[in-house]
Amino acid sequence: MSALLPAEFADLEPYAADWCLAAEPDRWAKRLDSTMEEMKAFYDVCFPRAEEAIAYCDKFDLDDLPDDAKNLLHLLFSFALVSYPIEVWNQPLPIDTGSARLDRIREPRL
Amino acid sequence: MAHFSKPAEGSWTEHFGLSTEPANYADSISPEFYALEQEAIFKKTWLNVGRVEQLPKAGSFFTKELDAAKTSVLIVKNRDGELRAFHNMCRHRGNKLVWNDFPKAEVDGTCRQFTCKYHGWRYDLDGKLTFVQQEGEFFDLDKEQFGLAPISIDVWEGFIFVTFNPDPQPLREYMGRMGAGVEGYPFELMTQKHTYRAEIGSNWKLFIDAFMEFYHAPVLHNRQSVSEESRKLAKYGYEALSYDIDGPHAMVSSWGGMSPPADLNMVKPIERTLHSGLFGPWEGPDIGELPPGVNPAKSPAWGIDSFLFFPNFMLLLWKPNWYLTYHYWPTSYHTHIFETTLYFAPPKNAFERLQQELAVVTFKEYGLQDANTLEATQTMLESGAVTEFPLCDQEVMLRHLHTVCRDYVEKHLSNAGAVAAKGV
Ligand code: FES
Ligand SMILES: [Fe+2]
Repeated sequence: MSALLPAEFADLEPYAADWCLAAEPDRWAKRLDSTMEEMKAFYDVCFPRAEEAIAYCDKFDLDDLPDDAKNLLHLLFSFALVSYPIEVWNQPLPIDTGSARLDRIREPRL
Repeated sequence: MAHFSKPAEGSWTEHFGLSTEPANYADSISPEFYALEQEAIFKKTWLNVGRVEQLPKAGSFFTKELDAAKTSVLIVKNRDGELRAFHNMCRHRGNKLVWNDFPKAEVDGTCRQFTCKYHGWRYDLDGKLTFVQQEGEFFDLDKEQFGLAPISIDVWEGFIFVTFNPDPQPLREYMGRMGAGVEGYPFELMTQKHTYRAEIGSNWKLFIDAFMEFYHAPVLHNRQSVSEESRKLAKYGYEALSYDIDGPHAMVSSWGGMSPPADLNMVKPIERTLHSGLFGPWEGPDIGELPPGVNPAKSPAWGIDSFLFFPNFMLLLWKPNWYLTYHYWPTSYHTHIFETTLYFAPPKNAFERLQQELAVVTFKEYGLQDANTLEATQTMLESGAVTEFPLCDQEVMLRHLHTVCRDYVEKHLSNAGAVAAKGV
């Protein structure tokens, strides 16, 4: 299978198939479906590379991102989303939100 | 210990002439009271249903389900670029005119005319009936008399409002002093939209209550901050910079935001990396001077203003120059649909897009906690086990909201009584 991410982000490639998701509802569902161990592994690899990944995407016009940069930015969106379970909650859902839902029904797509 | 000054009366509640007695929530657990609110409030006041950017060209339209006013409305831009609103209902036999697949689901799009799915009657963008299938079968049908039923529509600062009141106050006048105070804010520049929607198991007013006080914030949301910061916030508690009331409308002006934070250890690693968080990207776009009604206390600690334009439209202006709206659309006395849209200036690059994403993600972490308490409160209120609830001075706007609703209902009842007494 060809790589989803730019070659210099080969260390993030193992997470790409799972986390390069264009829509927030898919990223949210993935977060709820993941174990803390899975998210921690993704977060730990992503965290030290975040600044370089942003710099890579910023070499292009946001409206005209090549596919691999678009995938990378989607991966960063997922990174932002999993930061909450890892940095704050210690569980996939926010504390005390068991029966609440908040569906992102509109978002700008890349 | 007081951190911010209060009015001379000693409290905001007394300053606004509101009762300091315990409140009761009978207005939030009663089907009968809700039925009265529908007539007295939702069929009488201006309701915000969208923004002008949703209708970019002639033929652009959207529908809005307004259970609270017992109807669905169709908003469209006509060939002259004017906005029109109609009951979304065919004049032949009453079929809902515009929908796809699911009659209850809102739709939007662009078209040249509206065609009823049932027998094919057609209406132009001004609601005029233009085509009747087998017209010769009807009896002296004058098409002029069967255009779509119009509704009053007006625009304030790019926000589209409708009202079912046959004799409405002009919209700009309805928005009052606080509306005037935010006029000129560059809403039209902030076109990057993210919308969340939720079906909530509570009376519509209970969610407004939750968003018109921040007394809960250091407690319900305490785990959201790094622990040392959270201990400090909990000890500090919450005090607003200022409150204001103008007729049925209300606002709370609040401190906060730390953008950028004085000490980077006060924020989470992801915030340090992306320079963004609940209050949005630390460096917002330059939008020049803010309108005079924003940050009315002119406090350097200012972070956010929350306006409630009665009955169900909230506007939140954040220090890093972005805004959001809340809408609470009742579907019964103990259910409503909550919608929030976060509006940012279009991001100039991937980093700004990612900063905005973190703010939108963070909103959800908080919003889920806020939403989750509501059904729990509603069911216990409905138990009737306790009927008196002490409200503190930082909950002053809750008293105001419930008082305004009761006043509208009472006025509606006394008008109806006067009409009945006259034997009309
Ligand atoms: S109900 Fe619309 S054409 Fe008959
Ligand atoms: Fe909250």
